Amino acid sequence: MGLFKISQGRSLWMVHFCTGCGAVEMPPTMTSRFDMERFGVAPMATPRQADVLLITGYLTVKTLKRVIMVYEQMPTPKYVIGFGSCTVNGGIYWDSYNVIKNLELYIPVDLYIFGCMPRPESIIDAFLKLRKMIEEGKANKWKDYIERYDWYKQNQAKLFDVNKWRVQK
Amino acid sequence: MKILLLLGYWILVIIMGLLYMGIARKVTARIQNRYGPPFYQAFLDVLKLFSKRETASHGVMHSLGPVIAFAGISTTLLFLPLGKGAPVLHFQGDLFVFLYLIVIGPLGMALGAGESNNPNATIGIARALSLMLGYEIILFMATLPVFVHFKTASIYEVILNQGAFPNWAGIKFPLSMLGGLIALQGLLGEKPFDQPIAPHEIASGPTVEYGGKYLGLLQLWHAVAIIVETGLFIDVFFGPQNILWFFLGTFIVFMLSVVINAVMPRFRIEQAIRFYWGVPLLLVVLGILQYYLWR
Repeated sequence: MGLFKISQGRSLWMVHFCTGCGAVEMPPTMTSRFDMERFGVAPMATPRQADVLLITGYLTVKTLKRVIMVYEQMPTPKYVIGFGSCTVNGGIYWDSYNVIKNLELYIPVDLYIFGCMPRPESIIDAFLKLRKMIEEGKANKWKDYIERYDWYKQNQAKLFDVNKWRVQK
Repeated sequence: MKILLLLGYWILVIIMGLLYMGIARKVTARIQNRYGPPFYQAFLDVLKLFSKRETASHGVMHSLGPVIAFAGISTTLLFLPLGKGAPVLHFQGDLFVFLYLIVIGPLGMALGAGESNNPNATIGIARALSLMLGYEIILFMATLPVFVHFKTASIYEVILNQGAFPNWAGIKFPLSMLGGLIALQGLLGEKPFDQPIAPHEIASGPTVEYGGKYLGLLQLWHAVAIIVETGLFIDVFFGPQNILWFFLGTFIVFMLSVVINAVMPRFRIEQAIRFYWGVPLLLVVLGILQYYLWR
Protein backbone atom coordinates (compact mmCIF):
# COMPACT_ATOMS: atom_id res chain seq x y z
CA MET A 1 0.00 0.00 0.00
CA GLY A 2 2.88 2.35 0.81
CA LEU A 3 4.35 1.72 -2.63
CA PHE A 4 1.07 2.80 -4.26
CA LYS A 5 1.09 6.03 -2.19
CA ILE A 6 4.67 6.82 -3.24
CA SER A 7 3.91 6.13 -6.90
CA GLN A 8 0.79 8.30 -6.73
CA GLY A 9 2.82 11.18 -5.35
CA ARG A 10 5.66 10.87 -7.81
CA SER A 11 3.65 10.42 -10.97
CA LEU A 12 1.20 13.29 -11.22
CA TRP A 13 -0.44 13.54 -14.61
CA MET A 14 -2.33 16.75 -15.01
CA VAL A 15 -4.92 18.17 -17.29
CA HIS A 16 -4.58 21.94 -17.27
CA PHE A 17 -7.89 23.62 -17.85
CA CYS A 18 -6.74 26.79 -19.55
CA THR A 19 -9.57 29.18 -18.88
CA GLY A 20 -7.82 32.37 -17.97
CA CYS A 21 -4.53 34.15 -18.42
CA GLY A 22 -2.82 31.63 -16.11
CA ALA A 23 -2.32 29.29 -19.01
CA VAL A 24 0.53 31.46 -20.21
CA GLU A 25 2.65 30.33 -17.27
CA MET A 26 2.29 26.65 -18.17
CA PRO A 27 4.52 26.35 -21.28
CA PRO A 28 7.68 27.63 -19.52
CA THR A 29 6.93 25.32 -16.61
CA MET A 30 6.63 22.29 -18.89
CA THR A 31 9.50 23.00 -21.26
CA SER A 32 13.27 23.21 -20.95
CA ARG A 33 13.74 26.12 -18.58
CA PHE A 34 11.76 24.91 -15.55
CA ASP A 35 11.09 21.28 -16.66
CA MET A 36 8.32 19.97 -14.43
CA GLU A 37 8.77 16.48 -15.90
CA ARG A 38 11.76 15.87 -13.62
CA PHE A 39 9.24 15.57 -10.76
CA GLY A 40 7.10 13.12 -12.71
CA VAL A 41 4.53 15.79 -13.60
CA ALA A 42 3.38 15.43 -17.19
CA PRO A 43 0.57 17.09 -19.15
CA MET A 44 -2.11 14.68 -20.35
CA ALA A 45 -4.52 15.05 -23.21
CA THR A 46 -7.74 13.83 -21.60
CA PRO A 47 -9.33 13.90 -18.13
CA ARG A 48 -9.60 10.09 -18.12
CA GLN A 49 -5.83 9.78 -17.93
CA ALA A 50 -5.25 12.62 -15.48
CA ASP A 51 -4.74 12.79 -11.71
CA VAL A 52 -4.54 16.53 -11.22
CA LEU A 53 -6.91 19.17 -12.51
CA LEU A 54 -5.23 22.54 -12.75
CA ILE A 55 -7.65 25.47 -12.92
CA THR A 56 -5.57 28.26 -14.38
CA GLY A 57 -7.24 31.54 -13.63
CA TYR A 58 -10.78 32.84 -13.48
CA LEU A 59 -13.88 30.75 -14.16
CA THR A 60 -17.07 32.11 -15.60
CA VAL A 61 -20.33 30.30 -14.93
CA LYS A 62 -20.22 28.90 -18.43
CA THR A 63 -16.73 27.39 -18.05
CA LEU A 64 -17.55 26.15 -14.56
CA LYS A 65 -20.04 23.74 -16.13
CA ARG A 66 -17.27 22.30 -18.29
CA VAL A 67 -14.86 22.12 -15.36
CA ILE A 68 -17.37 20.09 -13.38
CA MET A 69 -17.86 17.73 -16.32
CA VAL A 70 -14.09 17.31 -16.64
CA TYR A 71 -13.69 16.82 -12.90
CA GLU A 72 -16.37 14.14 -12.72
CA GLN A 73 -14.79 12.23 -15.61
CA MET A 74 -11.45 11.83 -13.86
CA PRO A 75 -10.77 8.50 -12.15
CA THR A 76 -10.14 8.61 -8.40
CA PRO A 77 -7.92 9.46 -6.55
CA LYS A 78 -7.92 12.91 -8.11
CA TYR A 79 -6.70 16.32 -7.00
CA VAL A 80 -7.51 19.90 -7.88
CA ILE A 81 -5.08 22.80 -7.76
CA GLY A 82 -6.53 26.30 -7.88
CA PHE A 83 -4.12 28.51 -9.72
CA GLY A 84 -3.88 32.24 -9.14
CA SER A 85 -5.86 34.67 -7.05
CA CYS A 86 -8.97 34.41 -9.23
CA THR A 87 -9.79 30.96 -7.90
CA VAL A 88 -9.55 32.15 -4.28
CA ASN A 89 -11.65 35.29 -4.23
CA GLY A 90 -12.22 36.37 -7.81
CA GLY A 91 -9.00 38.37 -8.07
CA ILE A 92 -9.41 41.39 -10.29
CA TYR A 93 -12.85 40.09 -11.28
CA TRP A 94 -14.10 40.45 -7.66
CA ASP A 95 -17.12 42.52 -8.74
CA SER A 96 -17.91 40.77 -12.00
CA TYR A 97 -21.46 39.49 -12.38
CA ASN A 98 -20.41 36.39 -14.35
CA VAL A 99 -17.22 35.17 -12.65
CA ILE A 100 -17.33 32.75 -9.73
CA LYS A 101 -15.52 34.09 -6.68
CA ASN A 102 -14.57 30.99 -4.69
CA LEU A 103 -13.84 27.76 -6.52
CA GLU A 104 -14.02 25.71 -3.31
CA LEU A 105 -17.81 26.07 -3.21
CA TYR A 106 -18.26 24.14 -6.46
CA ILE A 107 -15.48 21.56 -6.62
CA PRO A 108 -13.12 20.45 -3.81
CA VAL A 109 -9.71 22.13 -4.03
CA ASP A 110 -6.66 20.48 -2.49
CA LEU A 111 -4.22 23.31 -2.94
CA TYR A 112 -4.16 26.95 -3.98
CA ILE A 113 -1.32 28.80 -5.63
CA PHE A 114 -1.53 32.49 -4.81
CA GLY A 115 -0.38 35.29 -7.02
CA CYS A 116 -1.38 37.07 -10.14
CA MET A 117 0.34 35.40 -11.95
CA PRO A 118 2.17 32.74 -9.96
CA ARG A 119 5.71 32.16 -11.24
CA PRO A 120 6.72 28.73 -12.61
CA GLU A 121 8.76 28.17 -9.45
CA SER A 122 5.65 28.42 -7.31
CA ILE A 123 3.77 26.03 -9.63
CA ILE A 124 6.52 23.43 -9.19
CA ASP A 125 6.50 24.15 -5.47
CA ALA A 126 2.76 23.43 -5.42
CA PHE A 127 3.29 20.07 -7.10
CA LEU A 128 5.97 19.16 -4.57
CA LYS A 129 3.62 20.18 -1.76
CA LEU A 130 0.89 18.03 -3.32
CA ARG A 131 3.31 15.10 -3.52
CA LYS A 132 4.07 15.49 0.18
CA MET A 133 0.36 15.66 1.00
CA ILE A 134 -0.35 12.50 -1.00
CA GLU A 135 2.46 10.59 0.66
CA GLU A 136 1.19 11.67 4.08
CA GLY A 137 -2.37 10.73 3.08
CA LYS A 138 -3.70 14.27 3.46
CA ALA A 139 -4.89 14.94 -0.10
CA ASN A 140 -8.35 13.49 0.40
CA LYS A 141 -10.61 16.21 -0.95
CA TRP A 142 -11.96 13.89 -3.69
CA LYS A 143 -13.55 11.83 -0.92
CA ASP A 144 -15.16 15.03 0.32
CA TYR A 145 -16.82 15.49 -3.06
CA ILE A 146 -18.38 12.02 -2.78
CA GLU A 147 -19.45 12.44 0.86
CA ARG A 148 -20.87 15.96 0.51
CA TYR A 149 -22.06 15.61 -3.05
CA ASP A 150 -25.43 17.21 -2.23
CA TRP A 151 -23.78 20.28 -0.73
CA TYR A 152 -21.63 20.83 -3.82
CA LYS A 153 -24.62 20.27 -6.11
CA GLN A 154 -26.67 22.78 -4.07
CA ASN A 155 -23.99 25.40 -4.54
CA GLN A 156 -23.77 24.61 -8.23
CA ALA A 157 -27.57 24.76 -8.54
CA LYS A 158 -27.49 28.40 -7.42
CA LEU A 159 -25.69 29.22 -10.65
CA PHE A 160 -27.22 26.90 -13.24
CA ASP A 161 -29.57 23.97 -13.75
CA VAL A 162 -27.52 21.09 -12.34
CA ASN A 163 -29.56 18.20 -13.70
CA LYS A 164 -29.11 19.38 -17.25
CA TRP A 165 -25.33 19.42 -16.80
CA ARG A 166 -24.71 16.08 -15.13
CA VAL A 167 -22.28 13.79 -16.96
CA GLN A 168 -24.42 11.60 -19.17
CA LYS A 169 -24.20 7.86 -18.55
CA MET B 1 9.93 -26.26 -16.08
CA LYS B 2 9.61 -24.66 -19.49
CA ILE B 3 6.51 -22.82 -18.31
CA LEU B 4 8.46 -21.36 -15.39
CA LEU B 5 11.23 -20.34 -17.78
CA LEU B 6 8.72 -18.63 -20.07
CA LEU B 7 7.13 -16.87 -17.10
CA GLY B 8 10.58 -15.68 -16.05
CA TYR B 9 11.25 -14.35 -19.56
CA TRP B 10 7.88 -12.62 -19.56
CA ILE B 11 8.57 -10.78 -16.29
CA LEU B 12 12.12 -9.95 -17.40
CA VAL B 13 10.84 -8.49 -20.67
CA ILE B 14 8.20 -6.37 -18.90
CA ILE B 15 10.84 -4.98 -16.52
CA MET B 16 13.30 -4.32 -19.33
CA GLY B 17 10.60 -2.68 -21.46
CA LEU B 18 9.58 -0.32 -18.66
CA LEU B 19 13.25 0.46 -18.05
CA TYR B 20 13.71 1.28 -21.75
CA MET B 21 10.67 3.58 -21.62
CA GLY B 22 12.08 5.40 -18.60
CA ILE B 23 15.53 5.77 -20.14
CA ALA B 24 13.92 6.96 -23.39
CA ARG B 25 12.21 9.78 -21.50
CA LYS B 26 15.51 10.70 -19.85
CA VAL B 27 17.35 10.68 -23.19
CA THR B 28 14.64 12.80 -24.83
CA ALA B 29 14.89 15.25 -21.93
CA ARG B 30 18.67 15.52 -22.23
CA ILE B 31 18.35 16.20 -25.97
CA GLN B 32 15.87 18.98 -25.21
CA ASN B 33 18.31 20.41 -22.63
CA ARG B 34 16.14 19.37 -19.68
CA TYR B 35 16.98 17.33 -16.62
CA GLY B 36 14.25 14.78 -17.20
CA PRO B 37 12.39 12.31 -14.95
CA PRO B 38 14.26 9.54 -13.09
CA PHE B 39 14.94 6.37 -15.11
CA TYR B 40 12.41 4.41 -13.01
CA GLN B 41 9.58 6.84 -13.83
CA ALA B 42 7.77 4.30 -16.03
CA PHE B 43 7.51 1.86 -13.10
CA LEU B 44 5.98 4.60 -10.93
CA ASP B 45 3.52 5.51 -13.70
CA VAL B 46 2.33 1.91 -14.10
CA LEU B 47 2.07 1.38 -10.34
CA LYS B 48 0.06 4.57 -10.00
CA LEU B 49 -2.24 3.65 -12.89
CA PHE B 50 -2.97 0.28 -11.30
CA SER B 51 -3.78 1.96 -7.99
CA LYS B 52 -6.47 4.14 -9.55
CA ARG B 53 -10.17 3.35 -9.53
CA GLU B 54 -11.87 3.49 -12.88
CA THR B 55 -15.61 4.01 -12.57
CA ALA B 56 -16.59 4.63 -16.16
CA SER B 57 -17.13 1.81 -18.61
CA HIS B 58 -18.21 2.02 -22.19
CA GLY B 59 -19.12 -1.64 -22.58
CA VAL B 60 -17.61 -5.09 -22.43
CA MET B 61 -15.33 -4.75 -25.44
CA HIS B 62 -14.01 -1.44 -24.15
CA SER B 63 -12.79 -3.21 -21.03
CA LEU B 64 -11.52 -6.25 -22.91
CA GLY B 65 -9.57 -4.26 -25.54
CA PRO B 66 -6.41 -3.64 -23.46
CA VAL B 67 -6.55 -7.25 -22.20
CA ILE B 68 -6.62 -8.55 -25.79
CA ALA B 69 -3.75 -6.24 -26.73
CA PHE B 70 -1.62 -7.33 -23.78
CA ALA B 71 -2.45 -11.03 -24.22
CA GLY B 72 -1.64 -10.77 -27.94
CA ILE B 73 1.78 -9.25 -27.37
CA SER B 74 2.53 -11.72 -24.55
CA THR B 75 1.74 -14.61 -26.93
CA THR B 76 4.01 -13.04 -29.55
CA LEU B 77 6.76 -13.04 -26.95
CA LEU B 78 6.61 -16.86 -26.81
CA PHE B 79 7.92 -17.01 -30.37
CA LEU B 80 10.70 -14.47 -29.88
CA PRO B 81 14.08 -16.04 -29.10
CA LEU B 82 15.96 -13.87 -26.60
CA GLY B 83 19.35 -14.76 -28.03
CA LYS B 84 20.88 -18.05 -29.08
CA GLY B 85 21.03 -19.93 -25.79
CA ALA B 86 17.48 -19.02 -24.81
CA PRO B 87 15.08 -21.10 -26.85
CA VAL B 88 11.38 -20.50 -26.44
CA LEU B 89 8.74 -21.99 -28.70
CA HIS B 90 10.14 -22.53 -32.16
CA PHE B 91 9.15 -24.58 -35.15
CA GLN B 92 9.39 -24.33 -38.91
CA GLY B 93 7.26 -21.37 -39.99
CA ASP B 94 7.05 -19.55 -36.66
CA LEU B 95 7.97 -16.31 -38.43
CA PHE B 96 4.51 -16.17 -39.98
CA VAL B 97 2.82 -16.88 -36.65
CA PHE B 98 4.93 -14.10 -35.17
CA LEU B 99 4.04 -11.59 -37.87
CA TYR B 100 0.33 -12.39 -37.53
CA LEU B 101 0.33 -12.25 -33.73
CA ILE B 102 2.13 -8.90 -33.62
CA VAL B 103 -0.93 -7.29 -35.27
CA ILE B 104 -3.27 -8.44 -32.46
CA GLY B 105 -2.12 -5.58 -30.22
CA PRO B 106 -3.35 -2.73 -32.44
CA LEU B 107 -6.45 -4.76 -33.34
CA GLY B 108 -7.32 -5.29 -29.67
CA MET B 109 -6.95 -1.59 -29.11
CA ALA B 110 -9.11 -0.92 -32.19
CA LEU B 111 -11.89 -3.14 -30.86
CA GLY B 112 -11.75 -1.54 -27.43
CA ALA B 113 -11.42 2.06 -28.55
CA GLY B 114 -14.12 1.59 -31.20
CA GLU B 115 -16.74 0.96 -28.56
CA SER B 116 -16.01 4.18 -26.68
CA ASN B 117 -17.68 6.15 -29.51
CA ASN B 118 -15.17 8.94 -29.14
CA PRO B 119 -14.38 10.51 -32.53
CA ASN B 120 -10.73 11.02 -31.53
CA ALA B 121 -10.39 7.31 -30.81
CA THR B 122 -11.93 6.43 -34.17
CA ILE B 123 -9.53 8.75 -36.01
CA GLY B 124 -6.61 7.27 -34.09
CA ILE B 125 -7.62 3.73 -34.97
CA ALA B 126 -8.12 4.61 -38.62
CA ARG B 127 -4.64 6.14 -38.65
CA ALA B 128 -3.06 3.14 -36.89
CA LEU B 129 -4.55 0.66 -39.35
CA SER B 130 -3.66 2.84 -42.36
CA LEU B 131 -0.09 3.23 -41.14
CA MET B 132 0.10 -0.55 -40.84
CA LEU B 133 -0.34 -0.72 -44.63
CA GLY B 134 2.85 1.31 -44.87
CA TYR B 135 5.32 -0.40 -42.55
CA GLU B 136 4.06 -4.01 -42.64
CA ILE B 137 4.91 -4.40 -46.34
CA ILE B 138 8.40 -3.00 -45.77
CA LEU B 139 8.97 -5.20 -42.73
CA PHE B 140 7.84 -8.39 -44.52
CA MET B 141 9.95 -7.65 -47.59
CA ALA B 142 13.00 -6.67 -45.50
CA THR B 143 13.06 -10.00 -43.66
CA LEU B 144 12.36 -11.99 -46.82
CA PRO B 145 15.92 -12.29 -48.30
CA VAL B 146 17.31 -13.32 -44.89
CA PHE B 147 14.87 -16.18 -44.56
CA VAL B 148 15.36 -17.26 -48.17
CA HIS B 149 19.13 -17.11 -47.71
CA PHE B 150 19.11 -19.41 -44.67
CA LYS B 151 16.41 -21.63 -46.24
CA THR B 152 14.22 -21.57 -43.16
CA ALA B 153 11.09 -19.87 -41.83
CA SER B 154 12.00 -20.06 -38.18
CA ILE B 155 13.48 -17.06 -36.34
CA TYR B 156 15.44 -19.35 -34.01
CA GLU B 157 17.12 -21.21 -36.89
CA VAL B 158 18.09 -17.90 -38.50
CA ILE B 159 19.97 -17.00 -35.31
CA LEU B 160 21.60 -20.45 -35.18
CA ASN B 161 22.71 -20.30 -38.80
CA GLN B 162 24.07 -16.78 -39.04
CA GLY B 163 26.76 -17.01 -36.35
CA ALA B 164 29.05 -14.26 -35.12
CA PHE B 165 30.16 -10.83 -36.36
CA PRO B 166 31.12 -10.96 -40.06
CA ASN B 167 28.32 -13.39 -40.92
CA TRP B 168 25.49 -11.18 -39.72
CA ALA B 169 22.53 -11.00 -42.04
CA GLY B 170 22.57 -7.25 -41.49
CA ILE B 171 26.01 -7.10 -43.11
CA LYS B 172 25.10 -9.47 -45.93
CA PHE B 173 21.90 -7.56 -46.69
CA PRO B 174 22.57 -3.94 -45.70
CA LEU B 175 19.76 -2.52 -47.86
CA SER B 176 17.15 -4.82 -46.29
CA MET B 177 18.50 -3.99 -42.86
CA LEU B 178 18.13 -0.26 -43.53
CA GLY B 179 14.58 -0.78 -44.83
CA GLY B 180 13.76 -2.84 -41.75
CA LEU B 181 15.10 -0.08 -39.52
CA ILE B 182 12.80 2.47 -41.18
CA ALA B 183 9.83 0.08 -40.84
CA LEU B 184 10.71 -0.35 -37.17
CA GLN B 185 10.26 3.39 -36.57
CA GLY B 186 6.63 3.06 -37.70
CA LEU B 187 6.12 -0.19 -35.82
CA LEU B 188 7.29 1.45 -32.59
CA GLY B 189 5.08 4.46 -33.29
CA GLU B 190 7.89 6.97 -32.78
CA LYS B 191 8.04 10.26 -34.65
CA PRO B 192 7.71 10.96 -37.54
CA PHE B 193 5.24 8.04 -37.47
CA ASP B 194 3.28 8.73 -34.29
CA GLN B 195 0.06 9.75 -36.06
CA PRO B 196 -2.11 7.14 -34.24
CA ILE B 197 -1.23 8.62 -30.84
CA ALA B 198 -0.87 12.30 -31.56
CA PRO B 199 -1.54 14.00 -28.22
CA HIS B 200 -1.73 17.53 -29.62
CA GLU B 201 -3.98 16.71 -32.54
CA ILE B 202 -6.40 13.99 -31.52
CA ALA B 203 -5.91 13.84 -27.73
CA SER B 204 -3.83 10.62 -27.66
CA GLY B 205 -6.03 8.80 -30.17
CA PRO B 206 -7.18 5.28 -29.22
CA THR B 207 -6.32 5.74 -25.55
CA VAL B 208 -8.50 8.83 -25.26
CA GLU B 209 -11.19 7.12 -23.16
CA TYR B 210 -8.80 4.85 -21.30
CA GLY B 211 -7.61 5.77 -17.83
CA GLY B 212 -6.55 4.06 -14.66
CA LYS B 213 -6.03 0.31 -14.88
CA TYR B 214 -6.82 0.14 -18.61
CA LEU B 215 -4.09 2.63 -19.34
CA GLY B 216 -1.76 0.73 -17.02
CA LEU B 217 -2.35 -2.41 -19.05
CA LEU B 218 -1.74 -0.49 -22.27
CA GLN B 219 1.53 0.82 -20.82
CA LEU B 220 2.60 -2.75 -20.09
CA TRP B 221 1.58 -3.66 -23.63
CA HIS B 222 3.76 -0.88 -24.94
CA ALA B 223 6.67 -2.02 -22.75
CA VAL B 224 6.53 -5.59 -24.09
CA ALA B 225 5.91 -4.36 -27.64
CA ILE B 226 9.14 -2.34 -27.58
CA ILE B 227 11.18 -5.45 -26.79
CA VAL B 228 9.25 -7.68 -29.20
CA GLU B 229 9.53 -5.27 -32.13
CA THR B 230 13.17 -4.29 -31.69
CA GLY B 231 13.88 -7.92 -30.74
CA LEU B 232 12.59 -9.20 -34.08
CA PHE B 233 14.90 -6.79 -35.88
CA ILE B 234 17.93 -7.80 -33.77
CA ASP B 235 17.16 -11.53 -34.05
CA VAL B 236 16.82 -11.47 -37.81
CA PHE B 237 19.65 -9.12 -38.76
CA PHE B 238 22.24 -9.39 -35.97
CA GLY B 239 21.87 -12.97 -34.65
CA PRO B 240 22.37 -12.34 -30.92
CA GLN B 241 24.61 -15.00 -29.32
CA ASN B 242 23.24 -14.69 -25.79
CA ILE B 243 20.59 -12.86 -23.79
CA LEU B 244 22.93 -10.01 -22.79
CA TRP B 245 23.79 -9.32 -26.41
CA PHE B 246 20.08 -9.45 -27.22
CA PHE B 247 19.22 -6.75 -24.69
CA LEU B 248 22.23 -4.65 -25.67
CA GLY B 249 21.14 -4.81 -29.31
CA THR B 250 17.50 -3.97 -28.61
CA PHE B 251 18.62 -1.11 -26.39
CA ILE B 252 20.83 0.38 -29.09
CA VAL B 253 18.16 0.05 -31.78
CA PHE B 254 15.48 1.52 -29.51
CA MET B 255 17.69 4.43 -28.48
CA LEU B 256 18.40 5.15 -32.16
CA SER B 257 14.66 5.32 -32.69
CA VAL B 258 14.21 7.57 -29.63
CA VAL B 259 16.91 9.97 -30.81
CA ILE B 260 15.21 10.26 -34.20
CA ASN B 261 11.90 10.72 -32.36
CA ALA B 262 13.30 13.58 -30.30
CA VAL B 263 14.32 15.74 -33.25
CA MET B 264 11.54 14.97 -35.77
CA PRO B 265 8.16 16.57 -36.37
CA ARG B 266 5.15 14.46 -37.32
CA PHE B 267 4.12 13.45 -40.84
CA ARG B 268 0.50 13.71 -41.86
CA ILE B 269 -0.92 10.22 -42.30
CA GLU B 270 -0.99 10.28 -46.11
CA GLN B 271 2.57 11.65 -46.16
CA ALA B 272 3.68 8.80 -43.90
CA ILE B 273 2.20 6.10 -46.15
CA ARG B 274 3.54 7.80 -49.26
CA PHE B 275 6.96 7.94 -47.62
CA TYR B 276 6.88 4.21 -46.87
CA TRP B 277 5.85 3.35 -50.39
CA GLY B 278 8.77 5.39 -51.74
CA VAL B 279 12.39 5.07 -50.63
CA PRO B 280 12.04 2.25 -48.06
CA LEU B 281 10.12 0.12 -50.56
CA LEU B 282 12.88 0.71 -53.12
CA LEU B 283 15.48 -0.29 -50.51
CA VAL B 284 13.83 -3.60 -49.65
CA VAL B 285 13.14 -4.44 -53.31
CA LEU B 286 16.84 -3.81 -54.02
CA GLY B 287 17.62 -6.04 -51.03
CA ILE B 288 15.65 -8.91 -52.59
CA LEU B 289 17.27 -8.25 -55.99
CA GLN B 290 20.68 -8.26 -54.30
CA TYR B 291 20.03 -11.76 -52.99
CA TYR B 292 19.14 -13.11 -56.42
CA LEU B 293 21.94 -11.30 -58.29
CA TRP B 294 24.93 -11.79 -55.93
CA ARG B 295 24.27 -14.98 -54.14
